[in-house]
Order: sequence, then structure tokens, then C-alpha cells
Amino acid sequence: MAVTQLIGARVQRREDPRLITGHGRFIEDHTLPGLTHLAVVRSPHPHALILGIDTAAARALPGVLAVLTAADFHKVLSGSMPVTPAFAPEKKYVPERFPIAEREVCFQGEPVAVVVANDRYLAADAADLVHVTYEPLPAVVDPEGAMNPGSPLVHTDGPDNIGWDMTYAGGDIDAAFSRAEVVVKERIIQQRLAPTAMETRGVMASYSPYSEDLSLWLSSQNPHFIRLFVSGAMGIPESRVRVVSPDVGGGFGSKISPYPEDYLVPAASKLLGRPVRWIETRTESVMTTIHGRGQVFTAEAAALRDGTLLGLRLTQVLDLGAYHGTFGAFQACACLMAGGVYRWEAISARTVGVLTNKVPTDPYRGAGRPEGTHLCERMVDRMADELGMDPAELRRKNFAREFPFVNNFGLTYDSGNYDGTLDRALELSDYQGWRQRQAAARAEGKLVGIGLSTWVEICGFGPSAATAGATGGIALVESAQIRFLPSGSVAAYVGTHAHGQGHDTTFSQLVAETLGVPLEAVDLRHGDTAEGPAFGYGTYGSRSLSVGGMALYTASQEILAKARKLAAHLLEASPDDLEFTAGAFTVRGNPQAKKTIQEVALASYGGNLPAGMEQGLEAVSHFDPPNFVWPFGAHVCVVEVDRETGAVEILSYTGVDDCGNVINPMIVEGQVQGGIAQSIAQALFEEVVYDGESGQLVTGTMLDYLVPTMNELPTPKLDRTVTPSPTNALGVKGIGEAGTIAASAAVINAVCEALRPLGIHHVDMPASPDRLWRLMQEAGR
Amino acid sequence: MGQTLRVTVNGEARSDEVEPRLLLVHYLRETCGLTGTHVGCDTSQCGACTVLLDGAAVKSCNMLALQADGAEITTIEGLAPEGGLHPLQTAFWENHGLQCGYCTPGFIMAAAALLAENHDPSDEEIGRGLEGNLCRCTGYVNIRKAVKAAALAMREGAAAPIGG
Repeated sequence: MAVTQLIGARVQRREDPRLITGHGRFIEDHTLPGLTHLAVVRSPHPHALILGIDTAAARALPGVLAVLTAADFHKVLSGSMPVTPAFAPEKKYVPERFPIAEREVCFQGEPVAVVVANDRYLAADAADLVHVTYEPLPAVVDPEGAMNPGSPLVHTDGPDNIGWDMTYAGGDIDAAFSRAEVVVKERIIQQRLAPTAMETRGVMASYSPYSEDLSLWLSSQNPHFIRLFVSGAMGIPESRVRVVSPDVGGGFGSKISPYPEDYLVPAASKLLGRPVRWIETRTESVMTTIHGRGQVFTAEAAALRDGTLLGLRLTQVLDLGAYHGTFGAFQACACLMAGGVYRWEAISARTVGVLTNKVPTDPYRGAGRPEGTHLCERMVDRMADELGMDPAELRRKNFAREFPFVNNFGLTYDSGNYDGTLDRALELSDYQGWRQRQAAARAEGKLVGIGLSTWVEICGFGPSAATAGATGGIALVESAQIRFLPSGSVAAYVGTHAHGQGHDTTFSQLVAETLGVPLEAVDLRHGDTAEGPAFGYGTYGSRSLSVGGMALYTASQEILAKARKLAAHLLEASPDDLEFTAGAFTVRGNPQAKKTIQEVALASYGGNLPAGMEQGLEAVSHFDPPNFVWPFGAHVCVVEVDRETGAVEILSYTGVDDCGNVINPMIVEGQVQGGIAQSIAQALFEEVVYDGESGQLVTGTMLDYLVPTMNELPTPKLDRTVTPSPTNALGVKGIGEAGTIAASAAVINAVCEALRPLGIHHVDMPASPDRLWRLMQEAGR
Repeated sequence: MGQTLRVTVNGEARSDEVEPRLLLVHYLRETCGLTGTHVGCDTSQCGACTVLLDGAAVKSCNMLALQADGAEITTIEGLAPEGGLHPLQTAFWENHGLQCGYCTPGFIMAAAALLAENHDPSDEEIGRGLEGNLCRCTGYVNIRKAVKAAALAMREGAAAPIGG
């Protein structure tokens, strides 16, 4: 699709006027008459038996309406919280999870009781007065240790701690390794991360006993799935539950899956007959909102001396936490993507999901793809080091170049031009210049390193053939509805959910361009299950444009098809003789005979219609993509490590990405900038730390969990190449996760290269001053 | 129980009975109904709750409402005259300085305090001025750009002849 007036334009965001003036509507900005406030009593222990809960003192506090425990919630909630097959369909052990603990708590922060009061301060006071007697049990903290047959159990009634253990075999791995001339091995840790959306989670619920319906407001990326799960657990018909996810202050994957509070708050509303609101504190967030990553990889790569890559063998030990995240097994896609942009004879990838007494892990921005990319790009750099080859040359020697490219696991990369992004990245970053400056700096004893990351991702989830099984039944297609109103304004509904991505703007550009109406005529709506098609599939996995945008596009085409028939009728011409340009149908060869689409829309509500045509001009469409989409790119990072302090300074950062055609380049750049920042944060700063003995969370506030400020992050140099996707009519891919998938490997490869003169070959994340200083001290001994 | 709090909020003189432990941010959000000031961390790291107290940027989640007695408070809703935009608001919009928008009011208020003192801040000075604010979406690139653009617009505005 060509760059036209609106598609490809840097349109300023329509979301912004309310957000820059303080008139956004986030979850805590919503209230209801008679609203009550809920606070959660949480386990201070990572693992313990509950011997008793004394609620008397809390109940006695004036203004406290109820103190509720599992026994109360069993009256209005049933079943276990959902777990999907995702990329580890062969589960061995899936512990049941009721939203509130009854007999045993299995992670610090697990709900034990809730307090409902007239005032939020009172609710917090009363929560402190609930006295729970525990018998502490051994906490399982280390996932590798948890695999040992003698390990304490995460759940006392579990068979062991193994959630899954399966191997993806892509080719004859033994044959590939048998020809190896060089083998490199590495152990690579993906530390646990807290997604840290700036708006914490929150839920407000109002159950009406008179109409037996439930309204639920929550900060979610995924309102329709939440409606499906909560209506099921509460036994309310799905059609009588309305879920509204208004302005959402960031998600990054942490607002996809259902949480205990998503059930407990509406259940409390039903039990009390009052509207109830709960807003998560930051400490609750770090403790109980899902974590990402939390994986240990062991890998070995085999190659010929000339740099031809042969085989990659890896094991992913994935720290599940105390329960499977609903989409936790998605993270196993690190295995399927571990081959990256290269041709390998064979890859063998074992994934083991291991339970621990920690909060569950689940998809966090990139989810498996940053891990797969980091692993692949680290191993390629280790190999280049071993072979004495320039890392750019080793990459080039092994790039996939013929598309569609089928990887070792049968996944089909739709289009790519890996040389193109690498060439541009090397040029834009002044790679050769930096190689010279690096040599000069090294001669002065400075530790300067240059790191590359040539990445590809699988996104745009996804084709029904692949995704219906992965969710346990619901294909991750996308729905859209477009309605022309009689006056010519357009209401467009889409089942994705923006929480910073600017869909109101991008999708309006797309709809306005396709239908030929002014941008101002389009009203884009999402996030309310009472509006639009029956089901929407949410926003995650860089899917919104390539699946949701396409649903809008196909709905637009249906509208245009009907409008063409009606316009032909009005113009007394054959539909085939009409041209549609700039929002108007004209009769070919007779430009005076013309009807604008908005005139046609008005006529569609009148009486002069062709025989058999119904009134109205609206369409519902579901788009089922034939494949995933496969963005890619090349990033270059230059760092200097301070010998005295271990501090890393980023001297230069360059990213050249390709997400196919672009609707709004301003928004695409913003997504890449933010994604890179989050990945640099993983590489250098952030880590959720649990005490190895007690299992207590150490990084419980933003004092300890180091989200970087403006002063820690570089201004990256960015560019794009454009390789349209053949998977959809728009030629688009996805960009929401690209920076996060790309950057950590570029940074760590640079740090490792900087430290190589000291004999250091690998550094784990975060490459904090403390960690690097220790490594340098050890190397100096 | 309650004590009397007298403050001026966005130009409006108010007198309210408040509990001594009520946080300023909750007074603004719940008593005054000004929900543009957000809570992001409860522990003063993120700056989403930043407002101006007698012209200085303060974190309203780490201050009791009564500590503001007698003060003049400006929130994001009161930064520009009704219906208008402050140059910082315009600059954040034009430079894509926000994505989810949750941290944005705090950034704009902290930047307003910075620009009141320093009309032409360098990158480093912007970094120091905004080190108490966290954004998870943007990587800060466009926030820095927006603050520079606003500073330029404000300098040019100040230099323009009155009525010109």
C-alpha cells in the first residue's frame, strides 16, 4: 500500500488532549454512588499452611463492612483460574488455583482474606488487624534446585515441581554436532523482571442483584477474555457481564491474564450488594503482578571453522512461580525462536517449566522472543569470538536470505532483508569508525565494546490454525465493526485494546483513508465489551495492526462493496462501471455522475434501495491471518565499562528495524524508543530479587527495583527499512515489542566485548556496576 | 477528628475539613475531584503525583494535605487557562512525549517548575530537573525533546510584544 494522505503520515495523536490536561480516565478515576473500598490481606510467607484466620478485631472497626475469606468466596466463585496450552501443551503438573488461599499459601503476597470498608484508609487499617496464624514451610526459590527429586515441594500435595518438560526437535542435532569443528557453550540467565506499568492494576465492580448483571471496570489489555473467565467463575451469563477497560496506564503484558482480584472484587460486590473498588499499591504490584523472564538457559552451538553454523542445543529452565500463568507457557517460544535470523542444520530445544514459591511468571513485553534473541545473539558472538571473526561477518555468512524462510521448527518467516537492516545499521552507527576508536581506546587501556543484535520476531498472533489450540479453544483472530451513521460519521469498533500504542490515531487514519472520509469523521472505540462485535482478543504480541487493523480494513471493504451497489443504483449505472477515489463513487467516463460515500450512507437509511438490499451501512468482520508476521532489524550498541567502578556508559546506540509498511511513523518511532529503553533496563538495571534462603521479596518498591530515569538512557539513532509483509493486504507487521526483543543482546554483547581483554567472555544481566566490578576483580586475580 | 485546611487550588480558595492523615494527593483527587494527578508508586520515586506548591514541584503522595495549609496549589488541570494549553502541554502533544499518558501530568508539572527557574535548560539540566519522574513507555527521548521545545516556545512567547 502506497503512502497516501493519511497512511504513512505523522498525524498527532487524538488521545493526547485529554491526557496532557489531566482528563484521562484511568481506573482509579472511576467511582460509583455508594462505592466501598477493598484491601487484600496477603501472605507474608512464600510458603506456609494457614492454621487460622481471626477476623474479629478487623470486623469490630467502625466503617468496616465485611472481612471475607475463601469460605465466603466459595459461595459465589467456582473453578480454577485458567491455564492455556500455549507453547508447552504437554503439561505434567498444573496446580489448581482458586483466587484466594484456603489451606496453604504458596507465594508471598497470595491473598488470604479481603476487607471491605467505607473508606480506603479504614480498609488498610482493618487489613492490618486480620490475624492469620501460619505454619511456615520450606520455600522453593531456585528453579534448578526445584527440579531435583529431593527438593521440597512448592505445593504440599503436588507430585513434584515440574510443570512441563518437553523437547522441540528441529533437525538431526547429533548429525549437526558430529561435523562440528568448533563448539561453544554458555549458561545464560534471564533474570526475573517486574513489568512496572506506571498505573498499577485496579478493579471496580458493581453487581446488581435485581437485574443479576455485573459491571466490571479494570485496567486490562484484554477485557473480553476477562469477561469470559469471570462470568464463568461467577456463573453469570457472559452476556450479562460488561467489562470496561478505560484509559490504561501501560501494560507491557502484565494486564493480559486474569488475576485473583479480577474475581474477588466482583465476588465481594455480589456478596455485599455494594459497588467495590480495589487499587493495587506499588508494593502489591511488585509482589503480586506477574513477573517476566525468570529463565536459565544452557546452550551449546556448533560450527565449522569457516563460520558456517551447524547446530544449536539448548535447555530452557523456566521459573513458573507458584502457579502456571494463564499464558505462562507462551514464554517457551524462546525455544522456537532461538535460531534467530540464521540458517542452522538442526536445533534441539528442551523447555522445562518449574514451579517455585514465587509470584507466577507470564508474558512480559516480548515474552520468549527477547530471551530467544538474547540467547541466539550471545551464542553467535561467542562463536565469532572463538573463531576470531568479526561478529558482523559471522552473522552475514549465516543469514537466511530466501523468503518465505522455513525455520527448523516449521515456522515460516514471511519476508525479510537481514542484510539490508544490518548494512544500514553499520553505516548509521559508524561501525567501522567505532572499530578504529575502539582500537585506540583499548591501546589506552580503556574497556570499549561494540555489540550487535540482528533479530527477528514472530508476532501478529495469530492464525486460527495455530492459536485456537494454543489458547484451549479461542482462535486469536480479530474482530471489527464499522458503522456509517446517517449523518456520515463513522463509528469503528475493534477488539484490540490500546494502552499507550495510539490506536485511536493509527486505526482512525486507516479507516479514514480506506473509506475516503475525513479523519475527524471517524470515531474509534475499544475497551468496552458492551460495544462492537461479540468478542475481541486484546492487545499483546504486537498483533494490533496486523490482525486488528486488518479486521478494520476488511470491514471497510465490506462497507465499500455494499456502498458500491447502492451508489450504482442511485447513479443508474452498473457497479462495475464505478470508480471509488477520494471518498466518492463516479461513473467511469462521466465524472459529473458522482456520489460521496457519506451521501451513499445517508441514502442507505432511506427507501430508495436496490431490490433485496437492507437498510444501513455497517459491517462486522473477523480477520484470520494466514500466517504470523515477522519483523526484524539490526541494532548496534557501543559501551565503555569503567575499570574502577564497573559502571557501563552507553556511548552510542543505533537501531534499524523493519516492520513492513507503516501507518504513523511518529508512533512507530515512539514504540521503538520505549522498547529499547525497557530492554536496556533489563540489560543494565532491573532485577526482581528474592532472598535465596527465606524466599522473601527483596526488591519490593521502586527504591530497590531500578526502573531507569531519563539520566540512565541514551537517545538512540533510529532508521527503518521497508519490506512489506505478504501476509496481509496492508503489508504491515508489528512494532510494539521490537526494541525490547533487540536491545538487551546488543548491550550485553558490547559489555562482553569491552571486558574481553580481561579474559571475561560472558556477563549476565543486569550488568550492574556491582556485578561487573566483581567479575573484573576475579579476572584480575 | 477533622481539621480545617485552607488552600488555593488552581486559583480557587477552598476550606475543607480533612483528617490529619489524609495525603495531599487524595485530597486533590477525591475532595477536589481533580483526578489528573496520579499515584504511581506510593514511595516518592515515580513523580506521577507531582503538583506545584507555591510554585515548587512537590510529590503530593508524600505529603499530608494539612502540610499544604495556606499554600497555593496548581495541578495539571490548572496549568493553563480553561480550554487552553500551556506550552509544555502543546510540546508534549506535538513531540509525541507521551504514550499511555499516566506519568504525563507529573512530568509536565515537574517540567513547569524547571522552566520557571531555567528558561533554556541543557539536556543535562533537564535530566537533573526530571530525575524524580519515571516513564515506562517513551524511553524519555521525546519527553526531553518536548521540554526543549516548550522552553523555546516560552522564550519566544516572552520576547513577543504584548498583543503581538
